[in-house]
Amino acid sequence: MSIFLALALITGQSATPTPQDALPQSAEAIDWDKEFGAEKRVADTVTGELPVDAYVQSEDNVGAKPFQGDALARALGGQAGIKAIVERLVELSKADPRIEAIFQNQDMVRLRRTLFEQICFIANAGCSYTGRDMKAAHKGLGITRADMNALVENLQRAMREQRVPFAAQNRLLAKLAPMERDIQER
Amino acid sequence: METFPHQPRRRHCQKRAFKYLSFMAFLSALTVPAAICAKPILAEPLLDGGKLVLTNGVSSVEGASGGGLATWATIAGMGTDRAIGVSGHVTGIALPDYGWQSHGIAIGILDRVEISYARQNFDTRKVGLALGLGEGFRFNQDIFGAKVRLAGDIVYGSPIVPQVTLGIQHKRSLDAAIVRAVGAGSAHGTDFTISATKLFLANSVLVNATARLTNANQFGLLGFGGGQGASRSVQFEGSLAYMLSPRLVVGGEYRTRPNNLMIAHEDNAHDVFVAWAFTRNATVTAAYADVGSVATFDGQRGALVSLQLAF
Ligand code: HEM
Repeated sequence: MSIFLALALITGQSATPTPQDALPQSAEAIDWDKEFGAEKRVADTVTGELPVDAYVQSEDNVGAKPFQGDALARALGGQAGIKAIVERLVELSKADPRIEAIFQNQDMVRLRRTLFEQICFIANAGCSYTGRDMKAAHKGLGITRADMNALVENLQRAMREQRVPFAAQNRLLAKLAPMERDIQER
Repeated sequence: METFPHQPRRRHCQKRAFKYLSFMAFLSALTVPAAICAKPILAEPLLDGGKLVLTNGVSSVEGASGGGLATWATIAGMGTDRAIGVSGHVTGIALPDYGWQSHGIAIGILDRVEISYARQNFDTRKVGLALGLGEGFRFNQDIFGAKVRLAGDIVYGSPIVPQVTLGIQHKRSLDAAIVRAVGAGSAHGTDFTISATKLFLANSVLVNATARLTNANQFGLLGFGGGQGASRSVQFEGSLAYMLSPRLVVGGEYRTRPNNLMIAHEDNAHDVFVAWAFTRNATVTAAYADVGSVATFDGQRGALVSLQLAF
């Protein structure tokens, strides 16, 4: 079998036409979304967000019990600080060779909004969370433990750049870490 | 107005690869995904280096990952649950009357199993003369260790359920005749450990507790069992550490030890340490360690320095 395969490989590379040539179009020209019936989503003209499957909005979707006082909110720099941290986290993760592929073709407008809401809500900085629960939000992304750790490192860096004290960083991470079991898929 | 394909890219790639395979029948199954996706999806690295820095622990003097003196529930190396990891260490402890050195390697498999080996060399310097062994006599031992993670996770999962491992350490003194002469029952022995370790993120505090079933004298350097007792007893190892940054930890450890030999009593050991991961893959640990009385020479406290490389 392996000899047969090797032979086929060798001949495929030399005289006989390659299977690609035999196809009606080159691989790049094929619209695989159409081939598989994946529908294209159209962004909302006002918000710039893509539609998502219907879900029940609930504060429980946030996945953690929010803090009581405002100590963490202040340590994170209030809503402005949280916004800056989320922007930076998304920017770092989209450019991170370890995990950038997961973010490609995803709705970064929505992610920025909901992630901000989530951290703001958990930190008791005066927001409500309107996004999906963590399981639904990460379904089908195939996220691994290593991906999760990469994201945590990016979040630590984003917080460090915003001069969030390390102990406060950890207090936020303590709320996010238990969510990992809903996020890791493989 | 912008349009986006719905599927995440990786699944996209897999589906493309699958479709392509059906066209290409049996041809070059391995090269197809690589040709279509920018990043090959089938080839995951064996060493992924994906752990969070320091969550593999440093290397204990016995080769198992953990603190300096204590074994923790960590799994060695930087590999996550889909990869393997490796680490190597060199440790030196300068005591008033002795020099103690340890080096070894450890492998972590799927963040589940750890296999370790360490060699310890214990230089008796001038004491060797006093003990009639000759100046600079060295006690040596090999330590073969294995650990398996039973439950929990140091960082993730429930914020209060620790990572728990069951471990075994088989120690072989290379000075059988001499350790028997000092009264040890055997030149080799096996310790069993159960460890629980958790990073309490809300407080930036790491706690470890280990119970060790052992009859080792001076960590095994002076053999196993003796006139005061031959069977194993349960000993305790506790560690408390505080994280100052993702790369910097300070802490302390305590370790109780059995007292089997007639000729020399043993004290409990303790240390205070600082561990600094100066790169993702290299950690230096410095400690002030107190191992008490060793072979009738009391007050053995001094500096421990350890370098660990982990991938
Ligand atoms: C504790 C860690 C994490 C938190 C708190 C978190 C939070 C969120 C939130 C709030 C959303 C949006 C929910 C919504 O659209 O309704 C989301 C979506 C997403 N997350 Fe995460 N996430 C975490 C870990 C990760 C990791 C490790 C990755 C990948 C490396 C990741 C990649 C994504 C992507 C690509 C989306 C967009 C999915 C889509 O639009 O369909 N997340 N996450």
